[in-house]
Amino acid sequence: MMDKAATVFGAATTGILVLVLASILGTLLWNGVAGLSIAALIYPMGPPGSNGGLANAILGSIIQTAMALLIGTPIGLGCGIYLSEFGRGSRFASAVRFVSDVLLSAPSILIGLFVYLVLVAPFGHFSGFAGSVALAILAVPIIVRTTEDMLRLVPVAMREAGSALGAPQWRVVLFLCLRSAAPGVLTGILLALARVSGETAPLLFTSLGNQNWSFSLDKPMASLPIAIYQYAGASYDDWVRLAWTGALLVTLGVLSINIIVRFGFRRTQS
Amino acid sequence: MPSLPTAKQTPFWRGDRLFRLLVGACALLVLLSLGGLVLTMALGGAHAFRVFGPEFVISNIWNPVADQYGALAPVFGTLASTLIAVLIAVPLAFGAAFWLTAIAPPMVAEIVGTAVQLLAAVPSIIFGMWGFFIIVPFMARHVQPFLRHNFGHTPGVRWLVHGAPFGYGLLTGGLVLAVMITPFITAVMRDVFRVMPTMLRESAYGLGATRWEVMRQVVVPWARAGMIGGVVLGMGRALGETMAVTFVIGNANTIGWSLFAPRNTVASLVALEFPESPAGSLKLSSLLALGFILMLLSFATLAVARWLLREKHS
Repeated sequence: MMDKAATVFGAATTGILVLVLASILGTLLWNGVAGLSIAALIYPMGPPGSNGGLANAILGSIIQTAMALLIGTPIGLGCGIYLSEFGRGSRFASAVRFVSDVLLSAPSILIGLFVYLVLVAPFGHFSGFAGSVALAILAVPIIVRTTEDMLRLVPVAMREAGSALGAPQWRVVLFLCLRSAAPGVLTGILLALARVSGETAPLLFTSLGNQNWSFSLDKPMASLPIAIYQYAGASYDDWVRLAWTGALLVTLGVLSINIIVRFGFRRTQS
Repeated sequence: MPSLPTAKQTPFWRGDRLFRLLVGACALLVLLSLGGLVLTMALGGAHAFRVFGPEFVISNIWNPVADQYGALAPVFGTLASTLIAVLIAVPLAFGAAFWLTAIAPPMVAEIVGTAVQLLAAVPSIIFGMWGFFIIVPFMARHVQPFLRHNFGHTPGVRWLVHGAPFGYGLLTGGLVLAVMITPFITAVMRDVFRVMPTMLRESAYGLGATRWEVMRQVVVPWARAGMIGGVVLGMGRALGETMAVTFVIGNANTIGWSLFAPRNTVASLVALEFPESPAGSLKLSSLLALGFILMLLSFATLAVARWLLREKHS
């Protein structure tokens, strides 16, 4: 009797979850595809009714996430290497590990506040660079975690073989260990990319958003999440339509990266 | 006698030293960034803490005109919406994890499990938009009138369903947060259930236990700490969530019993009011002080979650 009830309960809750997923993806597709047009992809944002698009926001998002990865990847890799190669049992390493975990689940809006105080307030203006740094701080802990985990999976025999051939440690780590851990490390970088490309809160106070073409990292820069945030609550139909289109683009991007990671790297991980 | 090259003579010796220094610097940078986060938030909020003293935490006023600020309403909204989210998410996540690990055929479990994990990766602003355009009207038209009609006169719950059915409010915020954290908690619970030794499970089945009995008497006691750890991690996400909440909670700085009345949370208040706070003002400092409080809350939950998750899995 209880078993029956539990089975029904389990199936029902799973069903609800799947329905919610379908509802989110369904509304996104339904509303997003309607606004998807060449114009939305090649024109910058504009005042309501002016046939504006999302091109500057798309470009801004690409620039900022690319910059974030450019800043975050070396730091994340370095920190991960330190933790797996040099940091066994040391106090400093366990502190770093803990801090990286905290950063991983720190509210992203706080990271926006932090970067505002450090990189925006002292200079007196919002900038794409500040936005990139905020995103980089979000990306680093993910890269650290995966890099450390993957390097630890590299067999000791491989390190010993390298050392026996006379290679210094840095060559062993970079050219043997890191190379054999590459698929896993790449997974971490891609997951970080997926995570930061949809973030909105940290960009509110750092890169602010921009209605025009914005190439300069020294000036406020547009991004898709900020554009969605501005347009979704607006009372103009064309802005709301663009918000849905932007949401569809962001979600498709994030989900396709996740799917690539999940299926593309499955063989190498098992 | 030919001399063998020793490590000290090769230039590589320096390479190793440099390498170690470089990666150590990266680790230090990560450490410093959190230190900087805590320090700037504390320094930025110090002005507000000095002006209002401990009263900042218990005051319910948020009045930019009179330059009076208090943290109680947003902290209340944060805790209440998180509580609602966890109350909705935990049974859903547990049921789904149970079904996926014990009942579903492997193929289906694989597909649904992957779908649930993908849902966990969807950016939070999408949940906000979905909540704003789908859930808010649904709440306003169906759920809130229904609850008010049926429980509006029931003693005890009467006050919870009091208020005009606008669709926004604590309940809607909690619901959208629940949708956001359920996939995450489900994924953690599923992992915790799966690392349980198969032998324990099979011996219980061998004794004639049903699936539910195995779940209740073998799996859950074994995995309890990990399950709670997953729930607390989900709670931490709900505490600091900004975009999903800002769209649907209504953003009014009030406290009360009603689940339908608009409220705000620390994160949504900061997101909305920050752009209108001039640098150096008391308002900005109060917002940073709120950020500091939020950080303490999220640290505390993370520490609890780590402690619980560690117990069995290390």
